[in-house]
Amino acid sequence: MKEKKNNISRRSFLKKMGAGVVATSAVMTACKPSANNPTTTVVTQEPPKGKMTMRTLGDKQVSLLGYGMMRLPTTDGTAARESEAPIDQEQVNRLVDYAMDHGLNMFDTSPAYCKGDSERVTGIALSRHPRNSFLVSTKLSNFAPETWGLKESKEMFENSLKQLQVDYVDILLLHGIGMPDENGDALAAFNGRFMDNHLLDWLVEQRAAGRINNLGFSYHGDIKIFDMLLQWHDEGRYHWDIVLIELNYLDWHYANEINERNTDAEYLYEELHKRNIPALIMEPLLGGRLSNVPQPVAVELKRKDPDRSVASWAFRYAGTREGVASVLSGMTYMEHLKDNLLSYCPLEPLDEEEMEFLHTNIAEEIVGFETIPCNDCKYCMPCPYGINIPAVFVHYNKCKNEGRLPMPGSEDYAQLRREFLIGYDRSVPRLRQANHCIGCGRCVSHCPQGIDIPQEMIKIDKYVEQLKQSE
Amino acid sequence: MLRTIRIALALVMIIGITLLFLDFTGTLHLWLGWMAKVQLLPAVMALNLVVIGALVLLTLVFGRIYCSVICPLGVMQDVIAWLHRKTSKKHKYQLTKAHSWLRYSVLALFIVSLVAGVAGIVVLLAPYSSYGRMVSTMLQPLYLLINNGLASIAEHFDSYSFYSVDTWLRSLPALLISIASFAVIFYMAWTRGRLYCNSICPVGTVLGFLSRFSLLKIRFRQDKCIDCGLCAKNCKSQCIDFKNHKIDYSRCVSCGTCLSKCKKAALIYGLPASNKSPKAPEPTTAIDQGKRAFLLGSALAAGTALMAQEKKKVDGGLAVIEDKAIPTRSTPLVPPGAKSLRHFGQHCTACQLCVTECPNQVLRPSTTLERLMQPEMSYERGFCRPECTRCSQVCPAGAIKPVERADKAAIQIGHAVWIKDNCVVLTDHVNCGNCARHCPAGAISMEPMESLWDGVSDNIPVVPVVNTERCIGCGACENVCPSRPFSAIYVEGHEQHREI
Repeated sequence: MKEKKNNISRRSFLKKMGAGVVATSAVMTACKPSANNPTTTVVTQEPPKGKMTMRTLGDKQVSLLGYGMMRLPTTDGTAARESEAPIDQEQVNRLVDYAMDHGLNMFDTSPAYCKGDSERVTGIALSRHPRNSFLVSTKLSNFAPETWGLKESKEMFENSLKQLQVDYVDILLLHGIGMPDENGDALAAFNGRFMDNHLLDWLVEQRAAGRINNLGFSYHGDIKIFDMLLQWHDEGRYHWDIVLIELNYLDWHYANEINERNTDAEYLYEELHKRNIPALIMEPLLGGRLSNVPQPVAVELKRKDPDRSVASWAFRYAGTREGVASVLSGMTYMEHLKDNLLSYCPLEPLDEEEMEFLHTNIAEEIVGFETIPCNDCKYCMPCPYGINIPAVFVHYNKCKNEGRLPMPGSEDYAQLRREFLIGYDRSVPRLRQANHCIGCGRCVSHCPQGIDIPQEMIKIDKYVEQLKQSE
Repeated sequence: MLRTIRIALALVMIIGITLLFLDFTGTLHLWLGWMAKVQLLPAVMALNLVVIGALVLLTLVFGRIYCSVICPLGVMQDVIAWLHRKTSKKHKYQLTKAHSWLRYSVLALFIVSLVAGVAGIVVLLAPYSSYGRMVSTMLQPLYLLINNGLASIAEHFDSYSFYSVDTWLRSLPALLISIASFAVIFYMAWTRGRLYCNSICPVGTVLGFLSRFSLLKIRFRQDKCIDCGLCAKNCKSQCIDFKNHKIDYSRCVSCGTCLSKCKKAALIYGLPASNKSPKAPEPTTAIDQGKRAFLLGSALAAGTALMAQEKKKVDGGLAVIEDKAIPTRSTPLVPPGAKSLRHFGQHCTACQLCVTECPNQVLRPSTTLERLMQPEMSYERGFCRPECTRCSQVCPAGAIKPVERADKAAIQIGHAVWIKDNCVVLTDHVNCGNCARHCPAGAISMEPMESLWDGVSDNIPVVPVVNTERCIGCGACENVCPSRPFSAIYVEGHEQHREI
């Protein structure tokens, strides 16, 4: 039990870091203490060398664990996108060296990561190794309409090569396909970024010229675009060498329950697999939700195998399918890296029974907890009426995740009710609680998760009101 | 022995009543609520004949032990006098004349005020209420701050044993009046013992009149008395005429100090023919009242500093929320169970017990002259929650009659009024309906109102329509209304509460 505790500790700690150190500590201690004292972070085992499971990508061997360079450590000890501090290059070098020493050879970055600094730092770290000892993947992140011109987009690609200090990239992905433009139109965004300016044709030329080894796209959102691109592949219009998708045991069947805009990973993966297009995997832990699982779920996983960490199930799941080339994980700390290496050095694939166990028992149980898919990004803020929207969701989710949501009639109802209400007042000042949401709806369009915030606020308000009234 | 018992009982009463006024969790009144209900004046107000009869009987048998045991203000004066004796051994009392003229004038004024409904004078003179106000305005803030300190420590350790509560100045006049009455009573008790009880307090006057005829009394045994005067020097009531072996029984509170001071056992407490000689007990401990007052002063200062910090802490990502202002209500709001403004005004002794109990920050002492310090309601910090009936359960004076939770939903204490000019639907052109959503009586519906359309906005405004017949006046709408500082919907009180 001790090991599990430590593991959850570390994960939830990292998740919190991800959720934003900037967030007030009150939010963090919202409901029940999850016994996650960050100082107890311990990794007891060293990953072995020379045991990394490798997959084939074209004519190369790629490590099953890929290093996502989007949460690089900063000099103040946090992850780059949460901090104003510069990236700690020395630490990045150390992490990269350690990873490569243990067989990891896949690095994934983007011009957008770490406030635009990831490619440069990655380039410096990788330049200390022979070019044929690693694969590097970057993206065309021309999201802003000002970069939609062919010239600007070309410059972006050329700059990537320059920053990465390479004359070719192993993978280039059209970044964030399926994401809508300002008017909510995903097709218009795609056409504006890649088709109207003939950028895609130019990229195909670059592939032919050997400056791009594998051309593909990363997919988020509108399934129509995904289907359209694969249809082009079938028609021979464009050939995709690789596609980056979100895959984990929750997204397999329940992507839609997690986020209305998402499509089940089962569909995405199968569509790729039947065309023999290798898949890169993102969100193997679903933003930490598959490491910091509700307590009953953690208990069930431990019962299945007391020696495995909760997160290791998610990693083994993501890597088991043969069509997966590499599983990308954004790692900030050495402990993070070591733990993930352990899962893939080598991979012990899940058998069918274990797959089924995760799909049914575990995924269903997690979905049953019905948390609100808020990841505390605070884009909805400030609410013009002063509501602390993410804090309300964080408190509710935390209680729900930990199975400490009071349900009338249950044995410990009185105790849980007290905890929920006191915790609510502690994490959200009364005037900023859900009952003050008037439903004006100004926040809705800002939510990247597409949460119907006023609707959720009313639900939580009703729940709290019912709790208050039933002593 | 008599004195020891008296001191022990008195301490139980004063500590119990003090705790009753400090407690905000609503749990203590189940155990200690009776202590408020046996107070004479509230019992008279509540027409509680059992208590009145028992107290009259008690006085007719034992003398004014009510004043030395049951009345917290009386006990507080004993504590103050005891402190003076502790700090200065030279302090001695001496026989004074009774201020009969003053006593009976104040009593007459009190009765006239009571009958005429001049609440201000009644509540000022009511001894138990006076004590209650001192605790609730001066001591409770300190208590709450300590609680909040413990709550933040508990939060640090993820414990839920303590929770934080809002502290705010409910009424400056009430605080000032309490400080003033404390200062006056403190001075009187410090220098002249029971002077307040025997010259001003109307309850003391009535009981003093009764105690003249009491069965058990302090009596001189002239054969043993050596006229040393020790009894008179220690008599806080200053009512022993040792030279003539007489005691003014209208002023004696049967405290038993003289019994224990007399070295010759020349004083006894008993029937006229009794011959028993009591023993002298040692005094027991009492509460350090002076220290309390000092601590309170520093606590209030700390409180304001805390509040300033709270304001500074506003996060960049959060809109500043303006405080709500108290609207002018042409008829004051009083809690369900008060029956009517008239009934409430006539019965309430302004002890503030309900104010200290109210968990929703609704009740506070009134500042208007005719209802001085009697509680009234306002909803800028909270509303009269449907599940709460605490004020009605604690009221010792029958001013707020006990109300059951189910009945409360049908008691109309006022009705909501919509103020068009403040409504965010019209001022900010947003959808709202928060008032309708939170109305527990279902008295508000949101309706499109073509007549209010400015002809420019995209949609016809949907605004609240109040069914005043169904509205119970709980103030949920006023409290959750986003319009600030003045809510766009507020509750106007009713003189006569009614069931709907």
